[in-house]
Amino acid sequence: MKKLINSVDGVVTDALAGMAAAHPDSLRVDEAQHIIYRATPKDMGKVAIVSGGGSGHEPLHGGFVGTGMLDAACAGEIFTSPVPDQVSAATAAVDRGAGVLHIVKNYTGDVMNFDMAAELVAAESGIEVATVVTADDVAVEDSLYTAGRRGVGVTVIVEKIAGAAAEEGRTLAEVAAVAKRTSEAGRSMGVALTSCTVPANGKPSFDLPDDEIEIGIGIHGEPGRRREKIASASEIAARLTAPILEELPAGDGHGVIAFLNGMGASPLLELYLMYGEVARILKDAGIKVERSLVGNYITSLDMAGCSLTLVRADEEMLRLWDAPVNTPGLRWGV
Amino acid sequence: MTSTTPTPLTVLDGAAVADWIRRTSQLISAHADELTALDAAIGDADHGANMKRGLAAAVDALASQPQAPAAVLKQTAMALISKVGGAAGPLYGTFFLRMSTACAGKDALDVDSLAAAVAAGVGGIVQRGSAEAGDKTMIDAWNPALEALNAAAADTSSLAQAVAAAAAAADSGRAATEPMPAKKGRASYLGERSIGHIDPGAASTALIVQALADVVSGSAAGEA
Repeated sequence: MKKLINSVDGVVTDALAGMAAAHPDSLRVDEAQHIIYRATPKDMGKVAIVSGGGSGHEPLHGGFVGTGMLDAACAGEIFTSPVPDQVSAATAAVDRGAGVLHIVKNYTGDVMNFDMAAELVAAESGIEVATVVTADDVAVEDSLYTAGRRGVGVTVIVEKIAGAAAEEGRTLAEVAAVAKRTSEAGRSMGVALTSCTVPANGKPSFDLPDDEIEIGIGIHGEPGRRREKIASASEIAARLTAPILEELPAGDGHGVIAFLNGMGASPLLELYLMYGEVARILKDAGIKVERSLVGNYITSLDMAGCSLTLVRADEEMLRLWDAPVNTPGLRWGV
Repeated sequence: MTSTTPTPLTVLDGAAVADWIRRTSQLISAHADELTALDAAIGDADHGANMKRGLAAAVDALASQPQAPAAVLKQTAMALISKVGGAAGPLYGTFFLRMSTACAGKDALDVDSLAAAVAAGVGGIVQRGSAEAGDKTMIDAWNPALEALNAAAADTSSLAQAVAAAAAAADSGRAATEPMPAKKGRASYLGERSIGHIDPGAASTALIVQALADVVSGSAAGEA
């Protein structure tokens, strides 16, 4: 393993210290509790939003703390959900009297820890908490025999849209409703060209020969649904897009937000190339791309590969998507 | 080290429960790489590191003065919940918390009260994780361990015989997860590809029950 680290145990803490140093004016980092806050809390009376998950997915979630997106993010150990104490502390700290929305990716550990945190908050402070669980990964086929679809790329879109709704001063129920609608309108599929290496493990999580790829991966270095021979970008784009389109909800006449995400080790050159292939496929399928996003936003350490997320957008979702956002990881309109 | 045969415990008092947690920490630490390797095959390669960190925190939380079993179990639960994260933190945390509640007011546990406490703990895991037998989870090691304890309680076996049987049953349960397709947790995303791998949660459970057997038999003495 060759990584820019000091010690295996200190990776998350050291990275958070660096994040604090890099964004002294906009973020406040609780290095002991592994929580990233906005340096300046939002106005009283506005709904606050807390998300979190394992580290190793940067900029998700800490990089999306700021005006127009999250109020706090809880960073777990690498690929490990945050613990209830962390989430309840963040929730209590950011509440501005209007309640707190938890955005949780559908992984067993994340769901359980956020559940326990919500119970703790209710017992200790009476702060109103609503939860939206993202579950957009079409690679997971049968929810009866699995833990349900994984929450992956749509999480970024949900955090942006919910953040904008909260900034507008909408109620907790309204913010939760648009977050849920966005989550349900999104579908994703990922591909890995290489495994990632978890620092504590020290070696790649799976062995992948040079001429093979993993189709249907999540974001934790777990193998995908199946292994296939490497193919052209055009062919891989088709394999990612087809299962998404099969399951994409019908819209109200609007097109999609198209999100081509890098897993951490694929250069933008390849991501843009892949996006070009996806855009062509969508055009041929008669699906209008209303907005697009290309880059590394929900990553899996040093994995090479990408994921595609399509969100069937309605008028309100597009308006909230366009609203100003000012975070380390996503910034426009400011 | 002495050559005398260790005397098995007849009941588990608070000090023995604390020894159980220490012995668990030793075994988890010794097998951390193995647990992580099992997790790398079908999960996300962090189970060994997470459990090692959580058990170390649980050992740190043990009071220097002797405490009742319920207090030791509760401190262990809170340490695991606040340090492990993932699914293992809430599941093992809930196990020890429910065990603690079941032991309230008792100075020591005999076979019957141990079986009742483990039953409460396993019930908590089932509830929190919504997993059933055969889903390829830690339940597949806990269920046989609990059945062995119940059988021992019913036929008036000694505590040592009971926990030895539980450890053997948990170990068989661990092995039995190998041919199962996972239906819960991150391994479930792999579907049929999860077949042929032992579940890391069942593996850590087998170590926890083994630690209990070691403490009761006295074989962990001198190593704690």
